[in-house]
Amino acid sequence: MSMLKMKSSTLRFLAQTIVLLFWSAMGVWASEPKDSSPHGTNIFAPASTPAKAIADLSVFVLVITGIIFAVVFALLVYSVVKFRGRAVDAGREPAQVYGSTQIELAWTIVPTLIVVVLFLATARVIHAIEDAPEPAGAVEVTVIGHQYWWEFRYPGLGIVTANELHIPVSDPSHPTPTFLQLLSADTDHSFWVPELAGKTDLIPNHPNRMWMEPQRTGVFLGQCAQYCGIQHAKMLIRISVDGPEEFASWVRAQKRPALEVASATAGRRVFESNACMNCHAVGGTQADGRFGPDLSHLMSRATIAAGAAENTHDNLRLWIQNPSAIKPGSLMPAMKLSDADLDAVVTYMETLH
Amino acid sequence: MSSNVITVPVGQTEARPWVDEFHQWLTTVDHKRLGILYIVSALLFLAVGGVEALIIRIQLMHSHNNFVSPQVFNQMFTMHGTTMIFFVAMPILFGFANYLVPLMIGARDMAFPRLNAFSFWLSFLGGLLLYFSFFGGSGLYGAGSAPDGGWWSYAPLGARAFSPGHSSDYWTLALLVSGFGSIGTAINIIATILCLRCPGMKLSRMPLLVWMNLVMAGMVLLAITPLSAAQIMLLIDRYLGGHFFDTQAGGSAVLWMHFFWIFGHPEVYVLIIPCFAFMSEIIPVFARKPIFGYPVMVAATVCIAFVSMSVWAHHMFTIGMNSYANSFFTLTTMAVGIPTGIKIFNWIGTIWGGRIQFKTPMLFSIGFLFQFLIAGLTGIMMAASPFDWQLSLSYFVVAHFHYVIVGGILFSLFAAFYYWYPKMTGRMLSERLGKWHFWLFLIGFHLTFDVMHIPGILGMPRRIYTYEPGRGWDTLNLIISIGAFIQAIAILVFVANLIISYFKGARAGNDPWDAWTLEWSISSPPPAYNFATVPTVASRRPLWDLKHPEDPDSRYE
Repeated sequence: MSMLKMKSSTLRFLAQTIVLLFWSAMGVWASEPKDSSPHGTNIFAPASTPAKAIADLSVFVLVITGIIFAVVFALLVYSVVKFRGRAVDAGREPAQVYGSTQIELAWTIVPTLIVVVLFLATARVIHAIEDAPEPAGAVEVTVIGHQYWWEFRYPGLGIVTANELHIPVSDPSHPTPTFLQLLSADTDHSFWVPELAGKTDLIPNHPNRMWMEPQRTGVFLGQCAQYCGIQHAKMLIRISVDGPEEFASWVRAQKRPALEVASATAGRRVFESNACMNCHAVGGTQADGRFGPDLSHLMSRATIAAGAAENTHDNLRLWIQNPSAIKPGSLMPAMKLSDADLDAVVTYMETLH
Repeated sequence: MSSNVITVPVGQTEARPWVDEFHQWLTTVDHKRLGILYIVSALLFLAVGGVEALIIRIQLMHSHNNFVSPQVFNQMFTMHGTTMIFFVAMPILFGFANYLVPLMIGARDMAFPRLNAFSFWLSFLGGLLLYFSFFGGSGLYGAGSAPDGGWWSYAPLGARAFSPGHSSDYWTLALLVSGFGSIGTAINIIATILCLRCPGMKLSRMPLLVWMNLVMAGMVLLAITPLSAAQIMLLIDRYLGGHFFDTQAGGSAVLWMHFFWIFGHPEVYVLIIPCFAFMSEIIPVFARKPIFGYPVMVAATVCIAFVSMSVWAHHMFTIGMNSYANSFFTLTTMAVGIPTGIKIFNWIGTIWGGRIQFKTPMLFSIGFLFQFLIAGLTGIMMAASPFDWQLSLSYFVVAHFHYVIVGGILFSLFAAFYYWYPKMTGRMLSERLGKWHFWLFLIGFHLTFDVMHIPGILGMPRRIYTYEPGRGWDTLNLIISIGAFIQAIAILVFVANLIISYFKGARAGNDPWDAWTLEWSISSPPPAYNFATVPTVASRRPLWDLKHPEDPDSRYE
């Protein structure tokens, strides 16, 4: 028993040493990016607990497979160079060797041991991530995948938004991880923000769960990873990891109904007398469509069309006029509004802070 | 040994009008001709699938490229995958099996020659049916459209709500039809090997190529049938009001995934095991030694076949299986690495102490060994399911399986072409063009598929028709695309070699490689009846025994 224990602790020590060595060697990868620009999508630059656990395991697996590679590669090169046919030997056959039980046994047993080690290391991480209990302070979000955008609902906070998720940074002393319930309204999708967590699919009739516990603030990028139809490529995700105060003020702002601005009355009338309101909701008005993204606080988002374009006046106008110009195959129809109506609707949209 | 030849009546060998010749090919039941038909048709589809790959690579050369529309891009990767797996890789391997198995076991044909012809035409016409979708995809509604649901056509994307029209039906029917062809061929290979071996050829004396094709055929029976069943269920969903996979009516998308991958993963081994077979014949001949550990090689093959039937859900690590299921499939998937590793070691053992002749078949075989090693190791990485939660559905996976399919399967196929072309045509392939082909393809391959791992690590998902700038993917994708074009040039060199050598190649003679299996004991190309008198063998290397009567293998086995 004690020997077993010692062995497993030696193993863990070995694994941790290897992982540490790798991280220090790959310091560049793990380095902190500038806070103003969004973080990248490098799976070896984790900023959240599950992503970090995965990256550590990945490095361990990489090193083991790297060693196997080096050994077998060297053997191959050596045997190909050493045993090349020479002119001297022309016409003579080498010694005919048929096999060797001892050697066969050796190269069966060693790989088996390696597999056992890799499996145990992996099973630990699977358990740690998949079976993690949800702590009391966790934020819950329901993610619904649509062709080709993301709906985010915070059941505990009463917030509905789209494509840009806000979650709080987690302090190790008071962990506030975010647990996502993953649903799909149509086809399969997959939620992937590499620096925060591994991907999990959104499958109709098959609710899934994943979580993230970011330790750094900033904007993290990702996108749909499971082919979901013609615009699978432009189903991008932005996650803003906010500091506690920042997150609280975002929540307050999102909970407010849409602002009523006098200059936008004309646009609102166009919005509500056309098909816009069939698909889109604007909090505090009659518009409560569910097929498209909630627009109550459209202006709080940096992008439109699930990240396909920046949220600027011109892009908004183009998007409402002809969505195919930005995202061919998008389910939003061209609204064929007159120029005056178009301008009015864009003005209305621009008041939805 | 049967070196005597049956006298052919004068006049029968004279040139016939081309219509007669054509008719002969269309109606042939000769295993050698069917083998060549399989191979030639697969090469045609390879060209088509290759052009589709180039279109994909041009589109992805830089971010926000507009070379093709999103829909065309999606059709391209769907057709590329489907074509390469079902209408290139499988038929070409069946072609070699058809051609070689009877020759290697001293038989005069396959067990069921007519079933053989029937199976070929089913597979081939299945391919044509798939491509007819370009013209008839939407049937009465107007212009054609090829399927665009991806080669695994995940539910519910294949349901009528998401794939209206008929394009996905062409995909379903093409796979169903060619699947029946594959099952027919598999039955034929099994029956041939079990029933038609020449006197003295015990199971333990069969060439490894024959053993491995036997295992492959067994796997085809187990793997293709669930796919065919799933396709029929999909048709029932689409046309008879079924709800197996129709999620809007409570069907299960996950069920389709299970059906598809319980076909899909064994399929990988259906493709790679015949390639192991090529390696196990070619490496010994060019290292001038018998295969190291014959019984272990057989056992490892059977072992791979069994274990590979229990690994399918490693394609589904991201679908939210519980931790026990994920652990189980992690273990089984890693376990496949053990018998596979044994094979690599045995090939090294075969080379060890040998005298390697670096002819083109051996060059491709050595390329195979290096690349298959890497492909196996990246496979182990993804077997660690948490690692796969990051890598799955990314370009890392695309790089991994192309490493298997191109770096492994295609390289070994090229080796097989250079090795057996002389037997099939009576002419040697040009060594000079062969070396150009090898080096160009090697460079192109590594440029494309080594680099392709990196965008996956940097978060680039597969199957996206375009990507955002500023993610660090642009330069990498440009390099990948350049490599693809170098590979295309290498393939042109190969095709030129096939054509030029057919007319101008050096005469091969019966046994150009000084090899040891029965196919080299008869003329090149072999006569229709193969063996004038059925040979009798006393060991695994009958021609070695014949050439070295002082030191025959039969003394040691």
